[in-house]
Amino acid sequence: MPQALNLMKESPSQTAGPYVHIGCTPNLMGIGGIYDTDLGSGPLYGEKAKGERITVAGKIIDGSGTPLKDALIEIWQADAAGLYNSPSETRGSADPAFSGWARCATDLETGQYTFRTIKPGRVPFPDGRPQAPHITFWIVARGINIGLHTRLYFGDEEAANAEDPVLARIEHKVRVPTLIAHRDGDTYTFDVHLQGEHETVFFDI
Amino acid sequence: MDNKSPETGAFFPRDRAWQPPAYTPPYKTSVLRSPQKALLSLNNTLSEITGPVFGHDLIGELDNDLIHNFAKAGESAIGERIIVHGRVLDERGKGVSGALVEVWQANAGGRYRHKNESYLAPLDPNFGGCGRVITDDDGAYRFRTIKPGPYPWPNGVNDWRPSHIHFSIFGHGFAQRLITQMYFEGDPLIWKCPIVGTIPEKSAIEQLIAPLDLANTIPMDARAYKFDIVLRGRRSTLFENRMEGN
Repeated sequence: MPQALNLMKESPSQTAGPYVHIGCTPNLMGIGGIYDTDLGSGPLYGEKAKGERITVAGKIIDGSGTPLKDALIEIWQADAAGLYNSPSETRGSADPAFSGWARCATDLETGQYTFRTIKPGRVPFPDGRPQAPHITFWIVARGINIGLHTRLYFGDEEAANAEDPVLARIEHKVRVPTLIAHRDGDTYTFDVHLQGEHETVFFDI
Repeated sequence: MDNKSPETGAFFPRDRAWQPPAYTPPYKTSVLRSPQKALLSLNNTLSEITGPVFGHDLIGELDNDLIHNFAKAGESAIGERIIVHGRVLDERGKGVSGALVEVWQANAGGRYRHKNESYLAPLDPNFGGCGRVITDDDGAYRFRTIKPGPYPWPNGVNDWRPSHIHFSIFGHGFAQRLITQMYFEGDPLIWKCPIVGTIPEKSAIEQLIAPLDLANTIPMDARAYKFDIVLRGRRSTLFENRMEGN
């Protein structure tokens, strides 16, 4: 017998369920006095953060075309210089006035989510090629058994998107537009389709 | 390398056969909310290897005490007093320090404090239902709460959720992000639940069942349950391919 690898198994995921807000955005749900504020609420940037202020907004849409009103979205992104505010970032120090992470519950009436952030810089792919600016999305909700990872790319970054190594991996080019947010003023609209003709590309990363 | 040195390797690929698939018809809500096309598999980039960290200064004094963090002064939540403790590990068996663990649950009668909740069991005025804690240098955490009650839910006409506590865990990289649920040893409802049943393997389900831990029980006060959580492990970066010029 060879030696055992002794690796453990990742804990199985379970749905966040309909009451994820109690744990993750309790103040929003009227459960006040436990936490001062809901973690990850408000803009990702402080007053002194570098970069262009933008709004990212949209809906998470199910296979019947109905927006999810009980989803929770988290985003993670680099700062304006393309650096992550994380101990695992070894290329330099990220902008201390920019957290890079936020959390938003979709609106209980409309299903809309909104993030106020800055436009990220470019981050290298493992082989050194620059990726196009992007924001990582992680989506959980009742009926979603394991969190869904996807990415938002920016519609006004056509040249960068054209050479992005991740977008290039998408075999069916007709699906690339599912990851592109469209700009109107300072707002990028990014709807995520869980199913159907316009199903968003989700990642196993 | 100790736990405090940041690691930068890619995470092990997720074992999708161990995890629940997206489309699980006995859990009806999944039917219209499950992606149907193949996921795009990618080796991690910096966008997944990195992740936010939360400092211990985030945590308030009662954040890990659900019995008291919503209760009026001098009062406490009604129910079976329990301590839930364990470690956040990665697949290599290493403790994950500084991991943020957020929990939420129903009260002792199985009622959630939520606008969309309509179960006839009463709210407990002294129970909010959420708590959070950050793991220590060994990855250990603990919180105090009451044992949540089972509750009926609209799926089949007579489906009941086993007693459970929801867990949200942040490790060191965004690719480790995980939400799961803890169940209690001996609960017969575990094996009848369509949400539990989304997990294909029995041994994987058992990984979510916390045993009674009498050794750590506080006599005349609170029973203990032990619940370890495993996040994805990551490769050593020693022999990683380097970018040109590095």
